[in-house]
Amino acid sequence: MNANMNTQPRAVIAEDEPLLAAALRHELAGLWPELQVQAMVPDGRAAVAAALAHRPDVLFLDIRMPGLSGLDAAQAVLEDWPDDAGLPPLIVFVTAHDQHALAAFEHAAIDYVLKPVEPQRLARTCERLQAALVQRVAQTSAQRSGSVEAALAPLRALLQERLDEAAAPFESTEPLRVLQAGIGNTLHMVPVAEVIYLEAADKYVRVVTANGEHLLRSSLRELLPRLPAGQFWQVHRSTVVRAEAIATVTRSENGKLTLALRGCADKLAVSRLYACRFKAM
Amino acid sequence: MPFDWPAIRRRVAYVAAFNTVIALLVSLVAQQSFVLTVVQSQCIGLSILTLMELAGWWYGSRGQETSRLSRALVVLACVLSGYALGSVLGSLLTGWSIWQQWGQAPRLSLGVLAVTLFAGVAITAYFMFREQIARTQGEAEAARRLAAETQLRLLQAQLEPHMLFNTLANLRALIAVDPPRAQAMLDHMIAFMRATLNASRSGEHTLADEFARLADYLALMQIRMGDRLRVDLRLPDALRDVRVPAMLLQPLVENAIKHGLEPQIEGGELVVEASVAEGRLCLVVADSGVGWSAVPPATQSFGLQQVRERLRAAYGELAQMTKGDQPAGGARVALSWPQEALPVSLAGACS
Repeated sequence: MNANMNTQPRAVIAEDEPLLAAALRHELAGLWPELQVQAMVPDGRAAVAAALAHRPDVLFLDIRMPGLSGLDAAQAVLEDWPDDAGLPPLIVFVTAHDQHALAAFEHAAIDYVLKPVEPQRLARTCERLQAALVQRVAQTSAQRSGSVEAALAPLRALLQERLDEAAAPFESTEPLRVLQAGIGNTLHMVPVAEVIYLEAADKYVRVVTANGEHLLRSSLRELLPRLPAGQFWQVHRSTVVRAEAIATVTRSENGKLTLALRGCADKLAVSRLYACRFKAM
Repeated sequence: MPFDWPAIRRRVAYVAAFNTVIALLVSLVAQQSFVLTVVQSQCIGLSILTLMELAGWWYGSRGQETSRLSRALVVLACVLSGYALGSVLGSLLTGWSIWQQWGQAPRLSLGVLAVTLFAGVAITAYFMFREQIARTQGEAEAARRLAAETQLRLLQAQLEPHMLFNTLANLRALIAVDPPRAQAMLDHMIAFMRATLNASRSGEHTLADEFARLADYLALMQIRMGDRLRVDLRLPDALRDVRVPAMLLQPLVENAIKHGLEPQIEGGELVVEASVAEGRLCLVVADSGVGWSAVPPATQSFGLQQVRERLRAAYGELAQMTKGDQPAGGARVALSWPQEALPVSLAGACS
């Protein structure tokens, strides 16, 4: 836990346009002089790395960045945030004009800032952030985990919305029943019902069945909307499990959930974003 | 081919009405039972109509273009065979023998035949004429709508809000930090927006103008992307005055940046080059970005489609557009047309 959290709040800014990043920093310096901007990074991956390295209290993320988008970076930061690093940062998205994104942010009650920066609006955002940080210090640990949950909810909502949109074109078509994995001259036809879990690996997806593994040249994001709805659950940004293949869910002492699978010895970790799915009935 | 039942019903109604009128006249003149005459008349008339509909469907489903002569012959054949068929049917239903009728009142029968023939041809001609008009009107309407939609989309794409607000944001930031540079950027923006708004009206300008407008747009993008965007515009002096459709290359340059260079963390180069080879003028937009395979096909097509259509409209079938990969990575789009060809101006159509 960072003892001087309140007096020296720290931030990381992720913005690919150098002038705009400088402008945001400049405006923040005027409105919130105590805020220390520890790093300014130009893309999504650098943002995740900087957030995990510096462990800031506030993270400003441009939603459109090369490499990883702001939303994906936010997910990565929250999922990979170490348990012993205190609370994950408060996230503020930055956008130029994206009717669609704005509607999603309003809907998910997520904080955002528009570019060009409007000082008044930024001032209000800063006030909200300051209040939230003060509250964090004053909370007990039980309350804190509650507020982290509350902070995760909007992000989860945004991610779900993105998923729903991706699924829309496939609504009227039949879900995939067979996955086709090519290797050399052979095409392996893997029935979807035999898949235990799918894991994203670089530009490929690892398909794990009881009999072995296959590689698909696809992204998890492209594949998920086409799988039968409801049968496959996302438990981490790079892992999707067939629900019926889950044998048990075990909670460790620090609250982490682990899945044991039928037909496979692998154990899968559930990220805090998706942990709410696994509750006793 | 589906049957257009409402239209068919309409035609049956017209013909049945016509037959009834004829029957009325004939029954008055020949002083015979109106009811039986009507039956006979409907048999003849509707048989002719049925044969004509079948003929129309037959030709329609084959999609062949028929000459006037063959159409006239078909109409004649339908009328005559319809008359014969209808007469036989009519005499079966009414109990009158058609031969008897011809024998007893040849002039009347001839008159009826002549009227039937005339009516058959006239009615067919009328319907065909109306269909032709409707079809031509439909095509003209569709063409106008396409032109309007394209104009609107061109404008929307070029004044894209995301681009606009990002540019303004950068401009605002520059004003405090580097006022002269802010002014220069604003000048580029003004020139670009003027060209965008004019492009849908004037239709064409010289290659020198085209490259100048691209330079404006790229200057704006360079402020935003910093040294992630390196630009190389190559226009030989000899080609400066060649006339081309206004803002023809704009969508290609936008695509190259948006899909090719922006997603690449280190950015890359954008090259726009004009040259002449073997009598053809060649315009190439190439980038060292992520290449075609990284872009989903649906997004690829809109900008390219627009350019293809404008190219087709300006230079017809002689123009060519090819897209492919750069050997060292990245995408490349090349447009070419015969050097001597002048673009067909759409100024008239748009105003």
